[in-house]
Amino acid sequence: MGEIVDIIIIGAGPAGLSAAVNAVTRGKTVRIFSNRENYLSKAERVDNHLGFYHASGRELMDKFKEHAEAMGIKIEKGMAVNILSFGESFMVNINGEISESKKIILAMGISKIKELPGEDKLLGSGVSYCATCDAMLYKNKKAVVWDQSKDAWEEANFLQSIGANVTFISNKPEPEHLSNDIKFIKGTITEIIGENTVEAVNTGNEVIKTDAVFMLRDAVAPSALIDGLELDGNFININKHMETNIPGVYAAGDITGKPLQLSKAISEGLIAAQHAALQIDKKENLNGGKY
Amino acid sequence: MAENIKIINSTQELDNMIKQNRYALVEFWAEWCAPCRMVAPVIEKVAEQYSGKINVAKVNIDEQQELAIRYGIQTIPTIIFFKEGKFASKEIGVKPLSSFARMIDSNIA
Repeated sequence: MGEIVDIIIIGAGPAGLSAAVNAVTRGKTVRIFSNRENYLSKAERVDNHLGFYHASGRELMDKFKEHAEAMGIKIEKGMAVNILSFGESFMVNINGEISESKKIILAMGISKIKELPGEDKLLGSGVSYCATCDAMLYKNKKAVVWDQSKDAWEEANFLQSIGANVTFISNKPEPEHLSNDIKFIKGTITEIIGENTVEAVNTGNEVIKTDAVFMLRDAVAPSALIDGLELDGNFININKHMETNIPGVYAAGDITGKPLQLSKAISEGLIAAQHAALQIDKKENLNGGKY
Repeated sequence: MAENIKIINSTQELDNMIKQNRYALVEFWAEWCAPCRMVAPVIEKVAEQYSGKINVAKVNIDEQQELAIRYGIQTIPTIIFFKEGKFASKEIGVKPLSSFARMIDSNIA
């Protein structure tokens, strides 16, 4: 584990980058993680962000990244798997590596994750979101990997290499580098079956017996990421400082709800970062410079 | 490692511990498990906060595979609460102190 940073930001879209820039402006150290391309990059035209009439989403996103990089902010590739609050600080698991921070800003964008029937009930009882975290438990057992992210094949290969008997289910063509020992099935999963532990998955066409199912998505649902986080539907509940119900955890951008617009995301990133920075300063002033 | 957390080195040792103590909280973990490293300081806090009320222990599932199979450990960390020698409740994954406190309080009330 490295040194504790002031703020860890999850997501490097407009909200996350705005938060990073504003935190650094206030003298705070940040780490910012991203695991996927931002939706903004795909927008053909954005006409309602002041000062940038007729710009494409891609142009804007490139400019935002340039701005952040010019201030020494480095976007790190990684998916947040868990966040744990210790009250005054946090531990964040990014693909199995643990980092520590004083505050957290969640800016992962809108959550499109739909849970499958059986997923929530069997989470931790055969359902896993992280092959590198749980793989060793499935040595000599059957494991299904459900491909929902571009790196899923690597995790499938890892599982196979430690001795699991892996079946890879994907809607896309078979990945070029998928291990030859892994069975490939073209399709999807519609249901996870099991009473107390995973027994099988249903692909819609067939029922495949398995001991585990690894759901390798691009992001973990906010509710699974941090215990006790208050949501309103798919969105995270926040107050006017962008604080969630968990002290020290902020949310900004599309993840907090409508309007799902660029200017709002940038503003929320700013509010979250400034408030977080202020809270850190207040605590350090009270403790003679120590957090 | 906190002094008040017992490291279980055999099946017999765990059996004795849950038999001899009215309440026991046992964490199943492994060296390679990142979420376990996150939960470890929380379990230390639990041991400190409930010192004298419950016994706290850790089982390394790579070294104690028999116990991992017996308790059907499918993900780690898994934290099991034993009451009067029997399984009472469990928590799975990365959880804050309050979750463990809730589990313990509801079982020792």
